[in-house]
Amino acid sequence: MKTVEEIKAAIEAGVPGVEIEIVPNPSPSGQHSLRVAPRHAFAVAKFLHDDAEIALDFLSNATGVDWLDKEVSEKVKSTRTVTKMVDAVEQTVEETVEETVKRTVPGYLEAVYHFYSVQKKYGPVVLRMRTVNRTDQVDLPSLTPIYRSAEFQEREIFDLFGIVFTGHPDLRRIMMWDEFKDHPMRRDYVSPDDFEYEPTPHDEVLARVQARQAASAPGQEGAAQ
Amino acid sequence: MKIGEFVQENKPLGWNRPPHIEPDGEGELLEVAMGPHHPSTHGVFRMDLALDGERVIKLKPVFGYLHRNHEKIGEGQSYLASMPFTDRLDYICPLTNNWAYALAVEKLAGQEVPERAEYIRLILAELTRVQNHASAIGFLLQEMGASGTPLMYAFREREKILDLFESLTGSRMMCNYMRFGGCRVDITDEWVKAAKKVVAGLPRFVDEFENLLASNEILMARTQGMGILKPDLAVNAGITGPMLRATGVGYDVRKVDHYGIYDRFNFRVPVGAVGDIYDRYSVRILEIRESLKMLEQALNEIPGGPIMDAKAKIRGFRPKPGEAYGRIEAPKGELGFYLISDGGPNPYRYRVRPPSLINLTVLEDMCLGHNVADVVLIFGSVDIVLGEVDR
Repeated sequence: MKTVEEIKAAIEAGVPGVEIEIVPNPSPSGQHSLRVAPRHAFAVAKFLHDDAEIALDFLSNATGVDWLDKEVSEKVKSTRTVTKMVDAVEQTVEETVEETVKRTVPGYLEAVYHFYSVQKKYGPVVLRMRTVNRTDQVDLPSLTPIYRSAEFQEREIFDLFGIVFTGHPDLRRIMMWDEFKDHPMRRDYVSPDDFEYEPTPHDEVLARVQARQAASAPGQEGAAQ
Repeated sequence: MKIGEFVQENKPLGWNRPPHIEPDGEGELLEVAMGPHHPSTHGVFRMDLALDGERVIKLKPVFGYLHRNHEKIGEGQSYLASMPFTDRLDYICPLTNNWAYALAVEKLAGQEVPERAEYIRLILAELTRVQNHASAIGFLLQEMGASGTPLMYAFREREKILDLFESLTGSRMMCNYMRFGGCRVDITDEWVKAAKKVVAGLPRFVDEFENLLASNEILMARTQGMGILKPDLAVNAGITGPMLRATGVGYDVRKVDHYGIYDRFNFRVPVGAVGDIYDRYSVRILEIRESLKMLEQALNEIPGGPIMDAKAKIRGFRPKPGEAYGRIEAPKGELGFYLISDGGPNPYRYRVRPPSLINLTVLEDMCLGHNVADVVLIFGSVDIVLGEVDR
């Protein structure tokens, strides 16, 4: 049984120049994870698989998580000089003001891998990596060449979350049909008005289409289809 | 074989890909879409085969006919509301699905389970394992052409176990029984008596089954040396359950993770030697026997006490932010649930690790070079349920 700290130290010794950090898990499960920069992820996984001491030969679970853009409001204290009338005399006074500053933390997609060791019988060791954003830079290295069990699971992440795994031997949709456009497991996914196209929608579908068109801005009608 | 012997270090990348098989050049290749309504596919599953005569030279599994995005449904409702949905994953063994989900949530929220509830969970899980393995073998023989009889024998015993489930939980297959920190209803002395009677009758059924089958010439001819899976590939491809143990790797989550109260029970982990269909069949038969031993012990020493943790919160259940991955040894393999909580009443991320889907990863490797008629058997020996594959 190895702790996350020991594994992190071993990775740092085995893969030079690696960017890796421990993500603490506050839940009682105590399964802390390691976040690795995508460009080192393949080398790290290869090291975890091949190293005789760590010997994580079994990839149990691979999955994606979608983290939306987050708006964080922070209270910032600043000091400024103001001119005030004090006792009918104009004076310069220093004043501390508290302001609420809102900033947006950009969202990202995350791939999470749970490794176990069949030889040494310990685990899970959790490895995670992030994409740059949620829109155009969504590629991560595939671990399928090292762990075959990632083959279908990475296809599923690609299908449902839209992470593109470079180096995957057979990256196709797995659950949704090939013509499907969106990625249904994303948090901001909106299901289509009707999964089977009808030229003249009626009943409930018509109500949904009308509601969607009324909600969207004028001039963008038809975009809701 | 000792655990660890399967490892061969520093293999070149790509060793775990299915081999490339050349057609013999006589005649044309035939592309066959086997399924989604083929009777041997246990539901709606399709295999796209390329055939050279009778020989399979390419196989691509196609999923998704039963996809309902179970994980998205789980994110849109409270933790407890997902419990009945887990019954619908692997509908042959609902109680182990319940247990896996309850275990993951208990890890996430740090809940304890009373001793009596642990015993009930173990009894129900092992009964589930017995009926799953019995019907899996029945289906396998059905596909082999032993039309009716073995499957009916297996289903006769399965019905007795499902009657027990029904009298306890109110439903044969959609049990919705476990809760976070315990179980829903208590078992009665009558139920224990009835369960003991069923368990006492089962060894005779297994003996009879084995007498009829284990040395049957047709069964041996069609299963031995067929669909061989190597242990190093099995571990690399994440194969779990009887499929993995048939290759000779004695890895059982019940022994490794010590979840529940399994370390109080003395049971052995049967392993195969060759990794063919016959080994998968034998491992399942032996696992039934081990489960029956455990059931006898558990039914005799079940303690009194509460079945729910007194501190468990039913209403307004909001685990603290964090994440947890919990897994159990379900009859089909390692069933895991991965949950992320953001402190709200619904899970932020709800993921099922389906053993049925991942065990199909190596279907192509096992089938290449065999005849189409054997593909049906190899596929049957994997033992999948499409409700769990597609989710």
